[in-house]
Amino acid sequence: MRRYITLDRGIGIAALVLVVLGPLVFSGYWVSFILTQTFWLGIAATSMIFLSAYGGMVSLGQVGIYGVAGIVLGNVVTTGQVKGLHLGWSPWLGVVLGIGIATALGLLLGALASRSTGIYFLMLTLTFGVLIYYFFSSVTSFSGFSGISGIQGHTPHIVGDPTTHPNRLYYIALVTAFLVYLGVRYLVRTPFGLTLQGVRDDPVRMSSLGYNVTLHRTLAFTLAAFIASLAGVLFVWWNDHVDPTSFGLGPIIDLLIVCVIGSLYRLEGAWVGAFAFVLINNYTQSVNVPVVGGSFNTVIGLIFLVIVLLSPGGLLGIWGWVNRHGRALLAGAGATMLTKARPVKP
Amino acid sequence: MTEYVANVRAQADRAELVRLIARRLPRVLVLLLGAFAVAWVLFWGKDTTYGSAVSDPADFFKVVLDSLTFAGLLFVVASGFTLIFGLMRVVNMAHGSFFLLGGLIAYYLQQDFAHGGGFGLNSSQVSTLNWVLPALIGAVCLAAFGLIIQQLTLRWNQGQELRQALITIAISVIVADQLLAHMNAGNAQDISWPGSLDRFVSIGSIQYSLARLFMLAAGLAIGVLLWIWLHKTRTGMVIRAGVDDRAMVSALGVNIQLTFAIAFVVGSLLAGFGGVMGGSFAGLQTDVGSQWLLNSLVVVIIGGMGSLGGAAAGACLYAFVSNFSAIYLPTTSNNCCTEYSVAFTFGLLAVVLAFRPLGLFGRPA
Repeated sequence: MRRYITLDRGIGIAALVLVVLGPLVFSGYWVSFILTQTFWLGIAATSMIFLSAYGGMVSLGQVGIYGVAGIVLGNVVTTGQVKGLHLGWSPWLGVVLGIGIATALGLLLGALASRSTGIYFLMLTLTFGVLIYYFFSSVTSFSGFSGISGIQGHTPHIVGDPTTHPNRLYYIALVTAFLVYLGVRYLVRTPFGLTLQGVRDDPVRMSSLGYNVTLHRTLAFTLAAFIASLAGVLFVWWNDHVDPTSFGLGPIIDLLIVCVIGSLYRLEGAWVGAFAFVLINNYTQSVNVPVVGGSFNTVIGLIFLVIVLLSPGGLLGIWGWVNRHGRALLAGAGATMLTKARPVKP
Repeated sequence: MTEYVANVRAQADRAELVRLIARRLPRVLVLLLGAFAVAWVLFWGKDTTYGSAVSDPADFFKVVLDSLTFAGLLFVVASGFTLIFGLMRVVNMAHGSFFLLGGLIAYYLQQDFAHGGGFGLNSSQVSTLNWVLPALIGAVCLAAFGLIIQQLTLRWNQGQELRQALITIAISVIVADQLLAHMNAGNAQDISWPGSLDRFVSIGSIQYSLARLFMLAAGLAIGVLLWIWLHKTRTGMVIRAGVDDRAMVSALGVNIQLTFAIAFVVGSLLAGFGGVMGGSFAGLQTDVGSQWLLNSLVVVIIGGMGSLGGAAAGACLYAFVSNFSAIYLPTTSNNCCTEYSVAFTFGLLAVVLAFRPLGLFGRPA
């Protein structure tokens, strides 16, 4: 019989309850800074983990795509003396255009990259991402190097100004993150999702069964671009400012680190990784690394290196290992009840 | 009846023709685009930095030379990248950091040798030896550094491509941060060309920088040396065999681990030497490292990974497209320069990938 309450699910539900209570439990700094950032970063990471876990494609282009969504939104909504086009259109139109253009770009890039696989795909999407960065740093009519500021003054009414009403953006980011999670969970069980997983496991066989492999890869990439563009919109509302540096090579690698720390192969890893990354980022900014020197990047680089070398499954992989071995240990001590908790798959 | 058959035949012929045109159409479009670009540069590009090539042949010739010499530098850096990838299937994402590290080591050595005192050296203060010696030491240091990295982290993960790429990314993050902390990589550092190279020579009607011509010569020399090494020596033969079938080579009793180490050392050496030349050409800064990772990626994606000829072709195409789009696009209002040349690099990538997903000279693994 299948167990519906497992330890993992229990922890997940507890975490969910905690973040829903959010502002009642956490300090203002945690709500407006750490957790909201975790949510949007987790959505961006989801777009990458969805592709890697269910499509077998590790894409480093997601940051460029959320950057495009952010830049478009910034250009459309702002007014007056800021950089870019400052069109001053409706905030909702900004959201629609940002997501629409970023998703269309995802379709184009996906069509170009979908015939490559494995490590080629990674290199290609990295190149796309970095080219997007260089494009926006050199084209001054859209943003230029210094970027667009004052976006928080042009959010839709429901969001308000995140500086004065941080809880609104917090809940919007939370709900979006939750919907993205449920949406992807649902999608991978649809015929499209199942085909995608077939393509991941054996493209040749799927192709000979009559499935259009490149089309499925392209559509998956487009969908991931849509998810990434949601993160882009939340990011610019949260950050108030967007410039090319916020989606350059540094952030590209940061998002990869988030996914690897969490787990490249499980959706939950997106938010676990994002939370861990934001915490490390936040609390090691002023740290001087002993012996070798350097700053936050050395710390995060070393953590990244250790995780890649020792646990390819990330923190969730480590957790799974601890979980299994802990059970085995307890079972050995005679706790028979616990041995039944996880049925062994035949 | 015969009329019916003739009808069907005519219909089939028409359908065949339509299909043929549809199949050739993309190719024809690309050729037309290429022809338009050439015609634009030669005759029509009036509102560009130098005007059309016909109206200003001297500057046109200069841009051609600029592209060729830049291609030389691109080739040096990208050939190391493609050598490592071709044999080991390792995408060395730390290639840009290796470039930066090699250049910075040479910079500090040169400062020390020529008593620069931390300021920019004038090329007249730098003797040839004060450039060559730092360059060689920098490149050799990088070779040693590459060997350590390969032995410590990559060797026991052979065959796990994604994991190795992630490892090199982690290393690039750490190295870049350490360079910021200890080697002042946040500020631009210029290696100085030696006085003997930093002058102009006349080619035909124009004056051209000898240092830039040296980059082209270095690229050609390294290309020839690599070709001789890969095609005329035993090690090269093993490497080429390893590119095609690692397991078989290893089964024949060749020490493939030694071959991997040699390839990685040579690849890192080239990154380091490229860093010295790049640092003399355009200075060194944190951002330059990521710029050169991008350059190497673009070159090998266009040319096809693991192919030396591909790296050369990719370097030339990339250099020409980026230089020409920077000079021969219509200038912006302030009559300075154009902003959209990056879009052309992307266009080049897109066109190459649309026709050859594995690059011009790429072969399936």
